[in-house]
Order: sequence, then structure tokens, then C-alpha cells
Amino acid sequence: MQEIPLETHDLTVAYDKRPVLYGVDVQVPEGKLVGIVGPNGAGKSTLIKAIMGIVPATGGWVKVFGDSFAKGAKRVGYVPQRESVDWDFPVNVMDVVLMGRYGKLGLMGRVRKSDREIAEACLDKVGMLPYAKRQISNLSGGQQQRVFLARALAQESDLYLMDEPFVGVDAATEAAIIELLRELKDRGKTILVVHHDLPTAQTYFDMLMLLNMRLVAFGPTKEVFTQELLQKTYGGRLTILSEVANTVLKESK
Amino acid sequence: MKLGFGYGVSHQLTRVKSPRYLLVLLSILFFSATAEAARISDLEETNVWEQMFRFFSMRDDVVRTALLGSVFLGVSCGLLGSFIVVRKLSLFGDTLSHAVLPGVAIGYLVAGQKDPFAIFFGATLAGILGTVMVNLIKKTTHIKEDSSLGMVLAGFYGVGIVLMNRIQKLPTGTQSGLDKFLFGQAAALSATEVWMIAGVAAASIVLVLLFYRQFLVGSFDIGFARSLGLPAGLFHYLLMMLLAFTVVVSLQAVGAVLVSAMLVIPAASAYLLTDRMHRMLIIASGFGIFSGVLGAFFSFLGNSLPTGPLMVLASSAVFTLSFFFSPKHGLVSRWRKRRSGQIRIENENTLKAIYQVRESYGFAGEGVKVKDLAIRMNETSDETLRRLQKLRAVGVCDLKEIEGKPFAFLNPEGWLRACAVVRNHRLWELYLTNQAEYEPDHVHDDAEIIEHVLGEETVRRLERLLDYPVEDPHGKLIPSLADLQRSLTQGGLDEKTTGYRMPNR
Ligand SMILES: Nc1ncnc2c1ncn2[C@@H]1O[C@H](COP(=O)(O)OP(=O)(O)OP(=O)(O)O)[C@@H](O)[C@H]1O
Ligand SMILES: [Mg+2]
Repeated sequence: MQEIPLETHDLTVAYDKRPVLYGVDVQVPEGKLVGIVGPNGAGKSTLIKAIMGIVPATGGWVKVFGDSFAKGAKRVGYVPQRESVDWDFPVNVMDVVLMGRYGKLGLMGRVRKSDREIAEACLDKVGMLPYAKRQISNLSGGQQQRVFLARALAQESDLYLMDEPFVGVDAATEAAIIELLRELKDRGKTILVVHHDLPTAQTYFDMLMLLNMRLVAFGPTKEVFTQELLQKTYGGRLTILSEVANTVLKESK
Repeated sequence: MKLGFGYGVSHQLTRVKSPRYLLVLLSILFFSATAEAARISDLEETNVWEQMFRFFSMRDDVVRTALLGSVFLGVSCGLLGSFIVVRKLSLFGDTLSHAVLPGVAIGYLVAGQKDPFAIFFGATLAGILGTVMVNLIKKTTHIKEDSSLGMVLAGFYGVGIVLMNRIQKLPTGTQSGLDKFLFGQAAALSATEVWMIAGVAAASIVLVLLFYRQFLVGSFDIGFARSLGLPAGLFHYLLMMLLAFTVVVSLQAVGAVLVSAMLVIPAASAYLLTDRMHRMLIIASGFGIFSGVLGAFFSFLGNSLPTGPLMVLASSAVFTLSFFFSPKHGLVSRWRKRRSGQIRIENENTLKAIYQVRESYGFAGEGVKVKDLAIRMNETSDETLRRLQKLRAVGVCDLKEIEGKPFAFLNPEGWLRACAVVRNHRLWELYLTNQAEYEPDHVHDDAEIIEHVLGEETVRRLERLLDYPVEDPHGKLIPSLADLQRSLTQGGLDEKTTGYRMPNR
């Protein structure tokens, strides 16, 4: 029987009582490359964070491989937005990639040689092996992005959630990364990617999730990538929803 | 309060010069075993070294407690401080250390005396209350975190000062010793307090060792830590608890006003010296110990001056040294790097000029006349000679007199380097005119700078991009990379490949 890597039901998230995501229902099938698109502030990052419990959901539930996230966490890899960390932090590239192994080590486990080898292999896959000993502040934006990707690869997960992995990456690297993702997909992994560029979204992904504070549409790219649905996602109709959200916020104070 | 901390030191140092003093010193050296004093500063007539010896040999009980206290305090301040610094929580540490003050006073009032445990609990509670209030203000209003931290810091501190003043006015108040909690007095540490400091230090070391990975990933990327399924919140609170305990037990020795400085300064100094977290932890602890011990020592020397300011002075000295001499980020090393860069550029310019002079003679002969070089470089022969001597110093050039006239000869290494600089310059000019569509007369100045920084790989790419060019925009020949390499491995040249000849052969 095929497992369902990710299922959400009525997932609702609010920051300080201001709702930013309303009742998201999705069921992501296994072995798919899924794009999440929507305008700025649509709640794409929030959705990803809520799935992993990084921000608390105010309603609904999330299941990862049929279980709570806490149980399935070992099977989920994560690429956060690059700006979410301080790149002057005193660690080198290898240290960061090894963090991808921490989930597998348990509470007291030590980093073993095999973990290092896996980390090295992942760095190699994204072409960053020569930089393994570099302090992370000496990397370009695209290189930082690739380090995060290598860290996620080192997690050896079955489901990947990636928040804008293509930002600041040159065209050649973007092509290499998408090749890498397809390879993962062919091995039965499921990958969700927040993506900003609509034309390439159409060619990169098997399925698309159109998001703007609520789930506008979710389905195979061919069916979802239509003028009408995109208009609905990016057009002005949802402003009412955000106005209501702001009213809720004001009244709660 | 008395802040003449420098006085004790200089006072002692000037005394060293007096002959009467030497006599006393000698006698004390002889009878040191019998010299008994409650604390070292009672030995007015000894010199710094003698006092130092006395201090570090820990013969006096007071010294022993103070010294051990400072050591443990240095360790926990260094460890926790490192996490504070990399998580940008310095202001939080400052607020916490001021917020504990009312707790100290209340602990004293409840216990009716200076009871370490009562004070410990009072201070911890006050610290927690302060933290809760910061979060409350942040959550319920749109006041930003720095403002709420500032308010809680000042508010709690104010309450603490008022309470302390009341206590001073009590009949037993003057002996309370509570005033020491403001600026610290290591000599006033009791054995119980040292045990508490040691306990916190041991807990910090053990927990950081056990959960280093969790603390690391939680500090670097808390979202990622959560996504791993780690109890990131738990580890965060663990760290904050350790921080609060460190602050509370440090109060007696460092004082509420300056504890946060002992957290931040050693860690910030370590941050300048290394870019790996585990090394930062070790170095910061070392600096913490050093500053703590030095502060305690000078406090003894200066007749029980407050320890806190002295410890902070010591750590500031450490920071100043790191600031200037850190191998990567230090001012001195940056200055030296720039300086050596300038020297390299100057040498490369000389090499290039030699190349150009030889080129103007069609590469005939072996060396170049210094006179020609001087004309080329628009300077006097003396200046040119000085330049060449610099080249000789790095071992790429020889100076010889031929028929009474000075000549410069490059060895193969120097010649290769000269060719490389010329090649970089001309390639870059060509690239700018061909690809970036600059006007040929605009490109020279830019190339003057770029020629010194082009890497081997970039040069290769440029050559490929320009389809292995032979001439620069001004019609001069470009020495190619392949030619240079061939000249290293083989004797002769295949003149058909490019128009360029390796002249030194
Ligand atoms: N930590 C936070 N506290 C309060 N509000 C937040 C927080 N993070 C995000 N928001 C708000 O939630 C909404 C959704 O943000 P989110 O980051 O999920 O958007 P996004 O779709 O990822 O946008 P982008 O394309 O800019 O990355 C925005 O209106 C944002 O202002
Ligand atoms: Mg986002």
C-alpha cells in the first residue's frame, strides 16, 4: 500500500491572533515534485513551518506518513529560507551539513565517521565539497543555498520541504539542483518546493499548490496552471480576506 | 564608592625602586614562611611579585576562596556568554543581571541575614519574573523587544537600589555586606558561595558537553532544530536557566552592574579569534578565568577594591588585544595583509616594466639596463635601483654591473611572473574592449588594477572566451598560458602555435 507522505486537514495558522492561513486541506501523494506558489505574504513559509510544528497551528492537524509530525520527523528534510539564519555564526560548511545528521543521532549519540562520509557525499552532490572547511560567512548567496540543500540531503529523508531553494542561485546551479530533485523523486521521495517564478514552475513540477492565505488549488500542474486559477491566486480578490484578518486583529486588542 | 583601582598597582610599582624597600623585601623573602597576615594587602611592605606569589600559592583562606570562585565563575561566564553572543542576547543578559537585584534584597530581608540560599532563590525568582515581564510586554503591546528589555532592566534595578538603601538604614544593615552585590567583592565570598559557583560551573560544563549538538543547532537555526524533532524549546530553557544561575551566583564576586560584561566581553574576544563554536567556548572560558583571576588579584592588591570593575577591566584588556592581534579579523593582521598586498603589487609593476623594456628591444639580450627601466617608470635611477633591490629580496631578480652600468636580470621564476602580469593586463584589456564593449582607450587604468587580482582559473576562462587571443587591443602580443607552461617543461618553443616567443631562452 502506498503511504501518504503528507496530509493536512483544516490547517489554520495565526500570528498573534492574526490569521495568515485558513483551513488548508491537502493530501500529497508519494514520489511527486510539488511546487508551492503564491504572492509574497501568502503564507507559503508559514505552511511549511506549520507542517513541521515550527510555528504552532491554531487549528486542524498534520499527518506525516500517517503519523504525527513528532513521530515522522526523522523522515522529513527541511531547507529553510536563507535569511532565517545568521551567516556570521561561528561554524564552517561541514558543521552545518552535519547538522542534517543530528536527527538520526538520538539524544546523546556522537557524530560518527559514517555521518561525515554521508555529509561529504552530499556536499559533493551540490558541488560544495571544496568549500567544506570554509567559514560560512565567506560564501556567496548561492553557495549558502547549496549548503542548506546539502544539509537537507544529509538528512536522507523521504519527504523534503524546501523554502525558496532557488533564490540567489544562478541559472546553471538552478538547473543542477532541479536535476538533483528529479533524481530524488525517481527514488520515490516526495518534495515540496516553495517557488516564486511562474514560468519555470510550470516546467519544474508535477503538481502545484496555489496558495494565498488559503489553498486556492492543488493538483497536477497541467490542470492547475490555468489563467483563471492563477488570477485567483495573484489577483485582488483575496484582499477582503486579509482585510478581515486585520479587523480580527484590531478587535482582539 | 572608591574607584581608585589603578592606585594600588602603581603605588606598589614605584616602591620597588626604593632601596629601603629592597631590604624589606629580602627579609620577607627569608621569613616569608612565618609571615602571617589576614590578607595580602595587609603586607603593605611587600612588592607586587611577593604579593603575586602569596596570592597564587593560595596560602590564605580568603585568597583561596576568592581565587577558586573567580576560576569557576570565569568558566561558566565564558561558556554561557558564548551562546549569548552568537544568539545576539547580550542585552537580555544585561537585563537579567539587573533584574535579579530586588530578589537579592528580598532574600536578605526574608532570611534576616546574608544567607546564600535565600539570596539565590530570591535572585532567581526575580530574574524569572523580569524575563516573564519582558515577554508579556512584547506579546501584549507593539513595543519592541529592546525597549521592553530596557524598561525591565531599569525598573527592576531601581527597585533593587531602593530596597538596598532601606536595608542599609536597618540597625544591622551596615554589616549586611549587601553593597558588595552591586560591584562585587571576591574576598567576601563564603565557602558556601564558592560551592554554589562551582556547582553551576560543573553543571554548565557537563550539559554543554552532553548536549553540545543540540545547543549548537538550536542557536544557529532554531527552525531547523525543531524540524529535526528535537525538543528545541526545552534546550533553549535549559540554556536560559544556566544563564540565570550563572548570573545569580556571580553576583557576590562581580556585582549586578557588571555581570553581563563578564558574560559578553570574554566571549566576544573569543569570537574575534576563531570561527568554530567549540573553540570559541574553550577560548572564552580561558579568557573568563584569566579576567576573573586577574580582577580578584588586583582587588587584593588594591586593598579590597571592588572586584567587578577590575575583572571587567582585565577582560577589556583581553578584548583590546584580540581586536588588534586577531589573526583573521584583527586590525594588525588586516593592516599587514594590505601592506603585503601593496608590496606584491609594487613588485609586479616592476616586473611588468622589465618585460616592457625587453619587449621594446625585441627581447634581445638577457637583462635590462637600469637606466632604461628608470625612463620607462618615469623615475630616477636610484628609485629604480631600490625597486629592484626589493625584487632581489624576494629572490626573482639579480643585479649586475656590465661595463660599469647596472643591469637587472630576472631568473626564470621572475620572468614567468612578469609574463603572467603582462598577460593578465592585456587579456583584461581585450576582454573589456571585445566583450564588455569599452573603448580601447578606456581600458588601461582598469586593467592596471585587475591584472594583480586575476586568478589562474579566471585567466583560463578569459582565454577560452576570447578564443586564445594573440594580440591585445593595442596590437601588442599576449604571452599565453600554454606558452608559459611549455617554457617551464621544455627547452624550445613551437613558434607556429602563437606569435609569441619566449624571449629568455
Ligand atoms: N513571525 C511572524 N510574526 C508575525 N507575523 C508573521 C511572522 N511571520 C510571517 N508573518 C506574517 O504572515 C504572513 C505570511 O508570511 P509567510 O512568511 O508565510 O509568507 P510567504 O508566502 O512565505 O511570503 P514570501 O514569498 O515573502 O516568503 C505575512 O503577512 C507575514 O507578515
Ligand atoms: Mg517565505
